[in-house]
Amino acid sequence: MGTSVFYFVATLSIIFSLMVIFSKNPIHSVLYLILTFFTFTVHYVLLNAQFLAVVNFIVYMGAIMVLFLFVLMLLNLNKENEPNKSALVKILGVIAGGCLLVTLVGSFKAVSINSPLVLQNPNLGLVKNLGKELFGPFMLPFELSSILLLTAMVGAVLLTKKEEKANG
Amino acid sequence: MDINFVIEKFALVTILFSISLVIAMYSTYAERKVAAFLQDRLGPDRAGPFGILQPLADGLKMFMKEEIIPSNASKWLFMVGPGLAMLCACIGTAVIPWGQDLNINGRVVPLQVTDINVGVLYLFGVVSLGVYGVMIGGWASNNKYSLLSAIRAASQNISYEVAMGLSIIALLLMTNTLSLKEIVAQQHGWHWNVIYQPLGFIIFMVCSFAETNRAPFDLPECETELIGGYHTEYSSMKLGFYLFAEYINMFVSSAVMATLYFGGYNYPWMDTVAGHVSPNVAALIGTVVLFAKIFAFIFFFMWVRWTIPRFRYDQLMNLGWKALIPLAIANIIITGIVIAVVNKF
Repeated sequence: MGTSVFYFVATLSIIFSLMVIFSKNPIHSVLYLILTFFTFTVHYVLLNAQFLAVVNFIVYMGAIMVLFLFVLMLLNLNKENEPNKSALVKILGVIAGGCLLVTLVGSFKAVSINSPLVLQNPNLGLVKNLGKELFGPFMLPFELSSILLLTAMVGAVLLTKKEEKANG
Repeated sequence: MDINFVIEKFALVTILFSISLVIAMYSTYAERKVAAFLQDRLGPDRAGPFGILQPLADGLKMFMKEEIIPSNASKWLFMVGPGLAMLCACIGTAVIPWGQDLNINGRVVPLQVTDINVGVLYLFGVVSLGVYGVMIGGWASNNKYSLLSAIRAASQNISYEVAMGLSIIALLLMTNTLSLKEIVAQQHGWHWNVIYQPLGFIIFMVCSFAETNRAPFDLPECETELIGGYHTEYSSMKLGFYLFAEYINMFVSSAVMATLYFGGYNYPWMDTVAGHVSPNVAALIGTVVLFAKIFAFIFFFMWVRWTIPRFRYDQLMNLGWKALIPLAIANIIITGIVIAVVNKF
């Protein structure tokens, strides 16, 4: 039963992520992206990673995508006033995308997919175990990434401060 | 998975769903009566004795009204908006423990739909999802005022979610668990969390007022500036869904506050009472106590609405970012220090 649910949700993920790039309206793109993230949450639940699932739900669906939607609504982009991109930009985009595709295909070919994925410790995703892992063996990377986030936050605040000075 | 389990859960979900709807329905009546009481008026008193049938009349009016979809609105999303608002309001009740386990014919029936071990976070997810109903509806209406309201709702929710999360962390430091069932069980008798976390509770309560878009934080539906807010273009039962979702949200957040901070189904001298009656009756008394607490909170929501004027938008943001968040962080630090000291000695 688990496998069929996985294939169903995986198909949905792919369809929704394709819709993100194919829909003309940016707001629709963001809404499809939200649905894509929701299918990821289901994937995490299937892997028994409850904490990761619910955090993905809160942070990505509940916070980051709300901000995306917020910015898009504020800008109110639509087809009429979207600037036409030059042919050069389009060609560059195709080349960059192609490079990414080749890299991804190459790296996936390197990974052997003969053996199905088996969770070594099915309870690893529960809050308690995850916390012990994060604050035990992975303490340094965890703290470093939080400092990275803090730096970005301070930087963002600093940028707005500078603008205020220039205006006033 | 045996058939009894399915029947039991199905019955519980159905009961909870109808209780939420009935309470939301009668909250509209209660709101008008409370407003009338606070303003020295009579309130609705025509339909039935004491106007008790007023919600039915209002509901019927909503159903019978003409359904209008603006011609330039995005039709599909215009319909999704109210549905999403209603869905997010209703799924919050799933993780709240409504009482102690019942024992029916030797079968233990928990009065909780599911006890996931990340219950608190699930509630948080539901809260953060709730804003999409308002945002999608406001944008799809293709009306400048609705759009402004949608943007307000988004920034308000994001801002107050931060303070809400931080106030919960202090509580979780004490409880050591994310499961709502265990959090309630720890508050047996008089050991309610509000006694140990008064500041955390006040922050949490202010944030839940903001998250449910209730006065004094009802900026997204501020009629003096935005006509009707995000539901300006809505009519008929779609408007009804938005208004209804607000009352269900109020019910659910009252239930969450009662569960997290006010002991849920626990009450003082519950062991004495349990000694005199059968376990099932004792559990049901607990459920009644929980509902009494919920109604007290709903009354408080209404009391505040008819007492305090609406904030200005900059005041709202200042309160959220410059008062509540620093207070919540201070609360976490103090709680952490106290726990460390208590564990040491």
